[in-house]
Amino acid sequence: MRPQRGMTGERMGGALALAFILGFVALALVPLLRFGSAGGLDAQIVGVLKFTLLQASLSTLLSVVFGAVVALSVARRPQLVGRVWLLRFMAAPMGLPALAAAFGVLAVWGREGVFNSVLSFFGVATKFNVYGMTGILVAHTFFNIPLAARLFTAALDRFPPTYWKLAANLGLGRVSLFRLVEGPALMAALPGVAGLIFMLCATSFTLVLTLGGGPAATTLEVAIYQALKFDFEPGRAVFLVLVQVVLTGLVLLFLAAFPTPAEERAQQGAGIRRFDGGSLVSKVWDGAVILVFLIFCGAPFVAILVDGLRADFPHLLADPLFWRALSTSAALGLSAGLLALILSWLIAVARISTASRVFAGGLDAGGSLILLTPPIVLSTGWFLWLKGGGGFAPYVLVAVINALMALPFSLRVLQPAVLSHFERTRRLSQSLGLTGFQRLRIIDAPALSRPLLMAFFFALALSLGDLGAVALFGGEGFVTLPWLIYARLGSYRTTDAAALTLILAAVCMAFAVLGTPSDRRQGEAGR
Amino acid sequence: MRKTVLLAAVAALLSSTSAFSADKVLNVYTYESFTAEWGPGPKVKAAFEKTCGCTVNYVSVEDGVALLNRLKLEGKDTKADIVLGLDTGLVADAKATGLFAPSGVDASAVKVPGDFKDDVFLPYDYGHFAVVYDTEKLKTPPKSLDELVNGNPDEKIVIEDPRTSTPGLGLLLWMKSVYGDKAGDAWKKLSRRVLTVTPGWSEAYGLFTKGEAPMVLSYTTSPAYHEIEEKTTRYQAASFSEGHYIQVEVAGMTATSKDPALAKSFLSFMVSPAFQDIIPTTNWMLPAAKMDQPLPEAFNKLVQPAKTFLMSPDEVEKNRKAWVAEWVAAMGAK
Repeated sequence: MRPQRGMTGERMGGALALAFILGFVALALVPLLRFGSAGGLDAQIVGVLKFTLLQASLSTLLSVVFGAVVALSVARRPQLVGRVWLLRFMAAPMGLPALAAAFGVLAVWGREGVFNSVLSFFGVATKFNVYGMTGILVAHTFFNIPLAARLFTAALDRFPPTYWKLAANLGLGRVSLFRLVEGPALMAALPGVAGLIFMLCATSFTLVLTLGGGPAATTLEVAIYQALKFDFEPGRAVFLVLVQVVLTGLVLLFLAAFPTPAEERAQQGAGIRRFDGGSLVSKVWDGAVILVFLIFCGAPFVAILVDGLRADFPHLLADPLFWRALSTSAALGLSAGLLALILSWLIAVARISTASRVFAGGLDAGGSLILLTPPIVLSTGWFLWLKGGGGFAPYVLVAVINALMALPFSLRVLQPAVLSHFERTRRLSQSLGLTGFQRLRIIDAPALSRPLLMAFFFALALSLGDLGAVALFGGEGFVTLPWLIYARLGSYRTTDAAALTLILAAVCMAFAVLGTPSDRRQGEAGR
Repeated sequence: MRKTVLLAAVAALLSSTSAFSADKVLNVYTYESFTAEWGPGPKVKAAFEKTCGCTVNYVSVEDGVALLNRLKLEGKDTKADIVLGLDTGLVADAKATGLFAPSGVDASAVKVPGDFKDDVFLPYDYGHFAVVYDTEKLKTPPKSLDELVNGNPDEKIVIEDPRTSTPGLGLLLWMKSVYGDKAGDAWKKLSRRVLTVTPGWSEAYGLFTKGEAPMVLSYTTSPAYHEIEEKTTRYQAASFSEGHYIQVEVAGMTATSKDPALAKSFLSFMVSPAFQDIIPTTNWMLPAAKMDQPLPEAFNKLVQPAKTFLMSPDEVEKNRKAWVAEWVAAMGAK
């Protein structure tokens, strides 16, 4: 399948997916323009913009650097005991609602957290104060180091095993190996990973406010929320969304300008052997890196566990509302995951079969920029179209919004895998004369089952933790788990909320397990 | 056959809050914690349905601000007969929509501090904002707003953001009522004691009960919850000598209601003992009119503010943006 101009099935599919996404967003914005004026860029917004850029850049830098360090160590140890669990764990923080994560992070780093207890145990009198930029960075890296590490590890694992063998035969040293093999692999994944994390951090809301210590820490997302909610100037909200899109679009363009070496890939991840991790120094280093990573990202989960176990579970599990919330969340997550998977498949396939740079850029942007339109803006706009809407409408709407929010994640999992797979099998399918669904069934599905699963469960976990889109419709018999957590918190029931958070985290972990099957099962699926 | 049953079950699930067969339906728009299983909603519905020969149908959104926004989004197409859960700060804005009709209900039964009177909106409960503190961590709580502002910066408080939450706005108005033009300076001083500013009450109160700070901005009624539901007197509200700012929660009927007589009878019911009896231990606020039962003991021990602050809705509406800007500037410059 050589890149061509004109319309083929693949490009048609991508165009449809793109039209759906852009149409959905644009239609949501239109009715909002009826209300209030757009206003302009005042000094306060400029200050907010500066802070948004600063904290998002720092968060991204730290997440990407430490994510890469962790990925290098994990990738060097294909035989590591419990490696698959490590990879599964990396997908878990994503599913946590921001507030739950904030409480988890504070249990470790807060004024009364574990870290300060350790300090005072060793006789340090001054308390470590996490609130401020530090808190924002800690929380953002808690979410995003695992994400970056997961995506980078996948990039390194996709490398042809022959490379490692060749590198060993040539006797490449640590530095040369990084320069010639690992570095280029990381660089190829960098724009996608960094862009995603930047968008996530730039649009962060609850974490920035709660851990930021005061209004000096305000993102544009807060201003959008304020415009839409307290000031009720939807027109201004739309204007600020556009500012956010343009600003972040520029950052993404900048990232895309990084030289991306052409990746040459062959085999799937299974059966990698690394020859470079034999020395004691490298073993100690990798062990230490993985341990620190586990402590940093695991501790908040331990806090959530300890906190959650205090609750009265039998009472909680006897509540029919809980089961309704759980099943609604699961149903929404499954639909959103499936839709995200279909859209990202269409986009990924179209992306590699087009020679048009404009179309390719459009696909990249369409698959990402959606994160920059807050769910509350989308749901408000669609609420106006549907006139409140009864029956299924809110369910469909929330599922679509969640799917679109998850799209940037699933796309980053799927796209590189699809690229290397298609390059590898192009000649094979041509010679067999396989096209369309036949090709999908016989060639693509078995070989891509692993990234497809991962993309699906990434999207699923993400929409499980989402509250935003439900907020406007919630309460009318429409109850999700995050909604229930907030509802309990909102009426003094902190212990119940902690228990529900624990259940949500456990569900996310279960989906992360399903999304990353162990090698043995992968072997069976591939047969 | 089984398919039909399944479809019916799905349909029933989806429309679980909508009416089935009763002739008359009263649509009440409110906020979520009102309709929660532990909130006043279910009991209010049962009590009113006993007498009205109608079905009460709740539509609930996040909070009072979202409630008004929802109404603005729906405009004249709104199905609401009653809107319950706005507070006095939102009243001017709500009236300006032209979507509400005068209630015509005799308000003489209503008794709230600060003397809020209105021909459209009727109070159903109230509470004073207060600094709630942890008695195990704070032995000498501030006795005035001034002591809070000038106190030991190592003893922290968590507050809510006035740009995103009602209690946050409440504290802003409280500070303005006490300090007037000097509110900016007072905020600057207070900012040394502010651990962090959260988007809403839930986050702030969560941080407080998790022990991150010994003080939080909440309500005078918060200790009653802990005493009645959790059997603990650990969390107490601090009484401030200057007085406390009040939050009065109100309801009104829409001009578009298809059954204004029914809507009016609900508002009358709302200020009657049958409704008021439910409020204290479900909404954790104080009743706005006479109850039949005595107020639970824990409520009698609550802080009784010596003075109540309440700004007129118009004044709030006119100055809110400027005051919030002042707050951002003062808090940001710490």
